[in-house]
Amino acid sequence: MSRCLAERSIDHVLLERGEVANSWRTERWDSLRLLTPNWQSRLPGYGYQGDDPDGYRTMPEVIDFIGQYARVISAPVRTSTTVTSVRNADKGYLVATDQGDWRCRTVVLATGACNVPQVPAVADAVPAGIDMFTPMEYRNPAQIADGGVLVVGASATGTQIADEIHRAGRPVTLAVGEHIRAPRVYRGRDLEWWMDAAGVLDERYDEVEDITRARRVPSLQLAGSRGRATLDLNALTAMGVRLVGRLAGISNGKAQFSGSLRNQCALSDLKMNRLLDAIDEWATENGLDGEIEPAQRHEPTKVEDSPPLGLDLIGEGIRTIIWATGFRPDYSWVEVPVLDRKGQLRHDGGVVESPGMYVMGLQFLRRRKSALIDGAGDDARDLSAHLASYLDG
Amino acid sequence: MSEAQVDNGVNVEALLDARKALTAAPEAAQFKWRAACEWKNGTHSHSTVESFFGLGEEQHRSTKFNFDADHPEVFASEDLGATPVEYVLVGLASCLTAGVAAVAQHRKIQLRSVTATIEGGMDIQGILGIDSDVRNGFDGIKVSYKIDADASPQDIDALVAQSQKRSAVYDIVTNPTNVTVEVN
Repeated sequence: MSRCLAERSIDHVLLERGEVANSWRTERWDSLRLLTPNWQSRLPGYGYQGDDPDGYRTMPEVIDFIGQYARVISAPVRTSTTVTSVRNADKGYLVATDQGDWRCRTVVLATGACNVPQVPAVADAVPAGIDMFTPMEYRNPAQIADGGVLVVGASATGTQIADEIHRAGRPVTLAVGEHIRAPRVYRGRDLEWWMDAAGVLDERYDEVEDITRARRVPSLQLAGSRGRATLDLNALTAMGVRLVGRLAGISNGKAQFSGSLRNQCALSDLKMNRLLDAIDEWATENGLDGEIEPAQRHEPTKVEDSPPLGLDLIGEGIRTIIWATGFRPDYSWVEVPVLDRKGQLRHDGGVVESPGMYVMGLQFLRRRKSALIDGAGDDARDLSAHLASYLDG
Repeated sequence: MSEAQVDNGVNVEALLDARKALTAAPEAAQFKWRAACEWKNGTHSHSTVESFFGLGEEQHRSTKFNFDADHPEVFASEDLGATPVEYVLVGLASCLTAGVAAVAQHRKIQLRSVTATIEGGMDIQGILGIDSDVRNGFDGIKVSYKIDADASPQDIDALVAQSQKRSAVYDIVTNPTNVTVEVN
């Protein structure tokens, strides 16, 4: 957005509570790699220049990449500046920070979708003596006590942490709710390549049938690893991870799991196959058949006949619970009436209901790719155009 | 087949309108479902279903529905009605089947026939108190659908999967529910 505003000669400032790429520096576990391949992080006027386009950035590489971009575009960043509130003011907004106040006609909320880990209320019933971590607190298996681990949530975060912890010798039970299975590589190409090439990632928010639902879809079960391996539930079960249904409750120290595991897996397999059908169709239309590996379908997700419905946490040796149950944005500092009753921003493709206010980086904000680094450019181009005409009007 | 011809007898428009209205007024979405039960004799009881609360007010039906429940003769009962656990199976099968029709209508799939059989396994050592390690309820439930429709096998699988995702009884059966029983 800064780059797009600069192109339009619009004076602006970027307020950053820490250093550039702060959340990548402070809120990620050590081994995490970006879920999208190197070539895919295309920012306005800037892209990948290394010799491993199909690799996935480590966190230090992500931090370097964003820091480099800030330097290349001479972004006017004020670091170590924490915004404490945004309020309506005469002809615009008053942005209060711990380094003084700013007055502005327009404001862009670019704090992202993942500020606060969502931990379900049932966490209150976890027996004493069991350690709990959110993905923001988890760094590596050395933090985890010897013994069993219950990982709650099987989207990208839960499956990756389950994999790492189980490999480190702490047997993992994985509670599986809604999730979306996806192969890392399909017909020899990265799944992200297919979704990019076939236009899936460019689908617009005003063209999908039910945008509220599309914005709630969990993250694809992808991992960025050196071997480009698929990390789905079958891969985890093969390692010895035990699958159970969605965590439904904890009563007298006993965790209760939903009997819906089979259907959750069936829904996920069906969704994956629909995506692969669309990819195959696109490949045929574009003359790729014969040039690339043939279409294939993956074995359905294996679920044991009677997955456990209960687990005596202490009795069965669970020492740690990881809450990989998603994140939500934090708007506690937004003192402008733009939130709905569920605490979500009311906006139309990033144009917030309050004139002159914009938001970026949310799930399916304007396009399916909006929450990816690669989605920021197109959204910034659109929203900066809207912002410029608002200033002119 | 043109979209206009798809008719499973489900008024999807009305359901979508209701969804829109209730999104705007979530308090009207608070419903109370009720049944009344009276003991007759032995294991025989008679239950009725009539009113419910919803859309902000008491709702009355034109018909009162009657249900007799009993145990079969192998339990030395008179077999004057289905057993309560069979009512649970009826509830689950009919909920999922209604869901199949609604989802099919929404997805513009014409159904020709939908039949389901449902079976719940139970080790009655639990209810008889013979073995405290055995639970009272079902140890598993299996539902089998036969569906004839203008759709691919994958689309039919997706119908059935989506119906489970949206089903009230499926949720009630697969997840714990707090139950309070009082004596007045």
